[in-house]
Amino acid sequence: MRIRTHSVEETRAVAGELAAVLVSGDVVVLSGDLGGGKTAFVQGACAALGVTEPVTSPTFAIVQEYRGRIAIAHVDVYRLDTLQELHDLGFDELVDDDRITFVEWGDRVIAALPSEHIEVAIGLPPGDDVAESERILTISVHGRDWSVRSRRIATVLAHHLHPEAAERDLA
Amino acid sequence: MIPIGSSPSQPMMAVTPATRVLAIETSCDETAAAVVEGGRWVVSSVVATQFERHERFGGVVPEIASRAHLELINDVVADALRDANLRLRDIGVIAATQGPGLAGALLVGVSAAKALALATSRPYHGVHHHEAHLYAAMLADPTLEPPFVTLIVSGGHTLLVAMDDHGRYRVLGRTVDDAAGEAYDKVARLLGLGYPGGPILDQLAGTGNPEAIRFTRPMLDPREPDNLDFSFSGLKTAVVLHRRKHPDQPIADVAAAFQDCVVDVLTTKLLRAARRERLGTIVLGGGVAANSALRARVVAEAERASLRCVVPDRSLCTDNAAMVGAAAWHRLRFEPPTGLAGGAVPNLALPGTT
Repeated sequence: MRIRTHSVEETRAVAGELAAVLVSGDVVVLSGDLGGGKTAFVQGACAALGVTEPVTSPTFAIVQEYRGRIAIAHVDVYRLDTLQELHDLGFDELVDDDRITFVEWGDRVIAALPSEHIEVAIGLPPGDDVAESERILTISVHGRDWSVRSRRIATVLAHHLHPEAAERDLA
Repeated sequence: MIPIGSSPSQPMMAVTPATRVLAIETSCDETAAAVVEGGRWVVSSVVATQFERHERFGGVVPEIASRAHLELINDVVADALRDANLRLRDIGVIAATQGPGLAGALLVGVSAAKALALATSRPYHGVHHHEAHLYAAMLADPTLEPPFVTLIVSGGHTLLVAMDDHGRYRVLGRTVDDAAGEAYDKVARLLGLGYPGGPILDQLAGTGNPEAIRFTRPMLDPREPDNLDFSFSGLKTAVVLHRRKHPDQPIADVAAAFQDCVVDVLTTKLLRAARRERLGTIVLGGGVAANSALRARVVAEAERASLRCVVPDRSLCTDNAAMVGAAAWHRLRFEPPTGLAGGAVPNLALPGTT
């Protein structure tokens, strides 16, 4: 499913609507270009999940934990080089049924992630005349449970899609 | 002896101008130890930096950082004592940075300090990393006393802190997304520069034309004249899009314009904070405070606004243990030591903030 947003507020709003589908134990992979807006997306999702404290880039700290209506772990593997480092950081214990885990640059460590996850790839539209705030969000689901839940995502995000695209994605 | 893991209340200790603190700092990629006397006099300060190890990764790598801290810590502590021409029995307090920082890295320094404290029957005290940066300026300028406002700016942090008194702080503003140093590192990567990105970009910017491009100043909206927060995330995108549109523009110009933008925002907010809080002294701290353009600009603007300005030596701006020793000494004047039950706290909040 592909959504074009025109402002960082709209990107955060999409994240907030997607967050309504998330439950404890879910893993959300954020991928895409440097400067794409992965942290902004997580900010939107966290706000919708009731986090009131500021959500900032976890690049330096690697892991930041928040508490909204649900516990949230915000991970950034940008600075990691090997899967072993992810294990050493206690990542395996982080991902559990008690919290939602967002993993920025998670596509780089996909082998260490549960096969059940949802991925949001955020990119700048192609071309050299792009507005600074425009983004293309590509949402894909992985694993059996998520393919069942994907219809729910398509429903909550349908109003962001062109009608024909929504129909195609739901089909 | 106090059993590790319990949290008994510690007795106050009598700190005097003769009290020497052996301090350790391992919150990020520097392994550092220092001896500080009376909270103001740096007897010795040793910093082993690991950046060569990180070069090929383009950033601090936590697991490597912890392992390197482990390999270096004993030698660094021994060097600090040797440089001071002192032995462990001459030390009154053992201190370490307890947070915020990388969990594994912090743990090395905290564990070493606690082991030394246990072995020598001296009190252990854990220090907040930002509080240490506030005290760095007091080592640079022995006449400096609060109140003043400090801009702490590094790879992991960007915040404006009013220090009203010893142990009394107010966070006036902070980044809502990326730290300034993180923006430097990421833009350096976008421009294909090496590691550490900040200093290389700083150097390259010196050869470019900062007026070649005008990047929008984030969070400097004239409609919000009191805003003291920062945002550097959007600048990455601005750089990416500029490179797409103008692939032939020299990267030195991009670096110069980016640096000009960051320095402009940081300086404007620091001066704004001083004005709003009616504080006559501004101070720089943190790794990005080693940036030549930022130092020059802050000094110039302070002069224009008739503010006293303390810009510590680069060696005191970047992570070091002397500032940890100074912060520990001052806090122990009105607070009991942490004691051996105190651990590493990666997301520690600044104590004494309101």
